[in-house]
Amino acid sequence: MWLFALPALLINICIILVPAVLTFTAAFFIWDGVGTPVWAGLANFQNMAADPVFWSALTNNFIWTAIFLTVPVCLALVMAAALLMAPKARIVVQSIIFLPRIIAVAVTGRIFQGMIFSPATGIVAWLNEHGFSISDPLADPDRSLYAVAAVDIWHWWGFLAVVFLAAMRQISVDQIEAARLDGAGFFALFRYVLLPGIRPTLTLMLILTVIWSFQVFEFIFIVTRGGPAYGSEVLATFAYRHAFFEGDVGQAAAAACVMSLFGLCATAIYLWLQITDDAQST
Amino acid sequence: MIGDRWSRTFALGLIGVASFSSLLPIVLAVMNALKTTVEIGSNPLALPSQLHWENFSSAWRNAQLGPSLLHSAEVAILTIVMVCVTATPCAYVLARQKGKFWRFITFYFMATITVPVQLYLYPLYFIFAKLGLVNSIPAVALIYTAMFSPFAIFLLRTYALAIPVALEEAAQVDGAKPWQTFFHVILPMMRPGLLTVAIIVGLNAWNEFVIAVTFLQNDSNVTAIVRFYNLTGQYSTDWGEMLAAAVTIVLPIVVIFVLLQRQFIDGMTSGAVKS
Repeated sequence: MWLFALPALLINICIILVPAVLTFTAAFFIWDGVGTPVWAGLANFQNMAADPVFWSALTNNFIWTAIFLTVPVCLALVMAAALLMAPKARIVVQSIIFLPRIIAVAVTGRIFQGMIFSPATGIVAWLNEHGFSISDPLADPDRSLYAVAAVDIWHWWGFLAVVFLAAMRQISVDQIEAARLDGAGFFALFRYVLLPGIRPTLTLMLILTVIWSFQVFEFIFIVTRGGPAYGSEVLATFAYRHAFFEGDVGQAAAAACVMSLFGLCATAIYLWLQITDDAQST
Repeated sequence: MIGDRWSRTFALGLIGVASFSSLLPIVLAVMNALKTTVEIGSNPLALPSQLHWENFSSAWRNAQLGPSLLHSAEVAILTIVMVCVTATPCAYVLARQKGKFWRFITFYFMATITVPVQLYLYPLYFIFAKLGLVNSIPAVALIYTAMFSPFAIFLLRTYALAIPVALEEAAQVDGAKPWQTFFHVILPMMRPGLLTVAIIVGLNAWNEFVIAVTFLQNDSNVTAIVRFYNLTGQYSTDWGEMLAAAVTIVLPIVVIFVLLQRQFIDGMTSGAVKS
């Protein structure tokens, strides 16, 4: 029987587990990826701690986490409740708000750059012509992170709403009807029936948000490459830059370890929830 | 019907605004893909005065979209086949076997779902470079297989759990070996699950960026996404042509999505909804 699991397991171990262990090891070496690695002890971590770019990247990861734990989650919760009340529009609208999720990040990033943020061809240009003076947010180190976050929120929140809607639809209709008979309006219903009803899903999505927020890479790399002036740099772009542009794989590995450390705490909670959940259902 | 009149109005208003903002960037992209760059610059929100279909033909030619779309399809199909072939038997075993060892394997696969690419990307790249596997499409598909199969295993496992054990026992009584039981009893019953897996894995492989941009560097073998990324990095002046390329790359996915919404939505939300 175990032969059935072997191919999947083997591929997984070779591509993920072994390189992951090597990354952990590489964090303690100075290595350019080609030559012989030289033992460096904690030097990579010390260099990182002395690098202000690392600290701003880490701060940006925390800001990103805070944004994604609130903005898209609130939008999605309200939207899911609204869709629950509009059964006729549900199927069509659900597909519309889901659509951004299936469009490739590289394409989404470019569309926002050219059609929204660009001061020459985007909505920003149009607003400037109509009396609103807005500069390109992607060119501003203080605003670039938020501008990229807006792109990711556009791509993400609709999917989240569909997840919450699916969870809300599992709440028994009786419960909702009873609350309505008791005179509960939209917000009372939301607060006392819908929100508690989807608590397990909500918890899971919040944990996954923390895990993903420390891994965020694609949108930032495509739209700003971490710039300008490292304004939108996060740990993942910091690591990628060190590995492939600065030939310092050891440093990249150290950053990847720090990144994983934050994810690991959240992953532990996630696994624990999955296992208790599994034990209940089998 | 839930909700009083006031909250229904509120809900409908919200739905309207949300749909509009979800569609706006897409509509802008499609609309401006048919305009000249000068026209886009003068007003990005205006409808095209004249349909410049030549943006599509020049994007197809200049961006070499034909070959790169073919590479994307190649990567996606290879990944789908490898994921389905390896994940299905694995999912079946994980659904049936009990005990510490199998719990540990399940735990391991769960953990790899949340491992960041960055934790294995760098050594993997230098190992593949040494083995001469950089710029190889099958090698990229192999990495995707490792990345996407844990999801496939968990999705297929729920399908396997729903198959009555009695069916297998009946097959065993008839003298079927485990692999015969798997091929003739289990596999046909997992077909709807396999369709969902194929769609989601195909979408992910088609859209993936980090691995593709790192491991495919020759213009002769890049996927459409990487080709688009490289192109737009160098010449970001002809927006009409660039948007035409964007629309061409996204179009096949959107068409499949419209045809198979249920499978997309169920597949991508599965695992996230907890009761």
